[in-house]
Amino acid sequence: MTAKVVTIASGKGGVGKTTAVANIGVALASRGQKVTCIDADIGLRNLDVVLGLENRIVYDLVDLIEGRCRLRQAMIRDKRLPELYLIPAAQTRDKTAVSPSDMVRLCDELRQEVDWIIIDSPAGIERGFKNAIAAADRVIVMTIPEVSAVRDADRVIGLLDAEEKGPAALVINRLDPAMVKRGDMLSVEDVLDLLAVELIGIVPEDENVIVASNRGQPLALDAKSKAGQAFQNIARRLMGEQLPFMDLESQNLLQRLLGRK
Amino acid sequence: MAFLFRRKKSANSAKERLQLVLIHDRTDLTPAELDSLKDDLIETISRHIEIDPTAVTINVAQDGRSQRLVADIPLRSVGHRRGREPGRAAG
Repeated sequence: MTAKVVTIASGKGGVGKTTAVANIGVALASRGQKVTCIDADIGLRNLDVVLGLENRIVYDLVDLIEGRCRLRQAMIRDKRLPELYLIPAAQTRDKTAVSPSDMVRLCDELRQEVDWIIIDSPAGIERGFKNAIAAADRVIVMTIPEVSAVRDADRVIGLLDAEEKGPAALVINRLDPAMVKRGDMLSVEDVLDLLAVELIGIVPEDENVIVASNRGQPLALDAKSKAGQAFQNIARRLMGEQLPFMDLESQNLLQRLLGRK
Repeated sequence: MAFLFRRKKSANSAKERLQLVLIHDRTDLTPAELDSLKDDLIETISRHIEIDPTAVTINVAQDGRSQRLVADIPLRSVGHRRGREPGRAAG
């Protein structure tokens, strides 16, 4: 096996990176792929709780890099999907514990074991971000249709080009079709005009994302959830499928017919 | 008639504001620096050829993710120059 390393970055915090890593990991694993998710957000560990694996942590990323455990010992196996693993972040305050070359070395070892390595980047564009992209074959930039998130996504896309990690693939998260329709939210087309990058996913606003994280059960396994399906679609596109983007307008067809004079 | 006074859709404001902000973020060029560049450009070009300084425009245009500096510099016509400075007109 030679894994593909995919890093999810955003610049701005709170746009849904961790949710995306959890759900894309789950979606790939549910399609028979062997996946390891790495939480590269040292000091602000969160991927473990979103995946519902927080009680099973023994060793973390820093233990692994500093040689206190072997690779297999740091890989926590998911309860639901036997082909899904998590390497959790450390909760140490020392962010210099990991370097970009550590990440490259770790991923080179891991590449032999799995099909996909999905890395959760911290917010910002400093050391943690550099670590997270160091080994990446592909970087997904997450944004939401909001001015500050789009601006930060543009910075990150520019940095990725400069570091020869581009071209980035864009996910637009938390899109609210009703707000777009009444002209109070940037549309997918607006964001693509501004950022001029390839689109790999559109995830609609979905209350179930919070319910899923409350329970520690990623919603990519829920066939009724629109956001879950959007993450499944991103996983399929990563695997090379050509898929049309979900028609989010059609959700509001009834409202549209009722609302029309 | 109230609709005539309705404010512009907020998504349009967001897009227009972002377009300007992103140009500055990507190029590190502020509007003041662009103005100073324009003055320098006018001065340099005027040493070689007669132009109309008031008609010069300079802008940053977008082409995908790359930016392009676009200057429009109208030249004074030969006839115009002859009329003003007959001695310097070239044959």
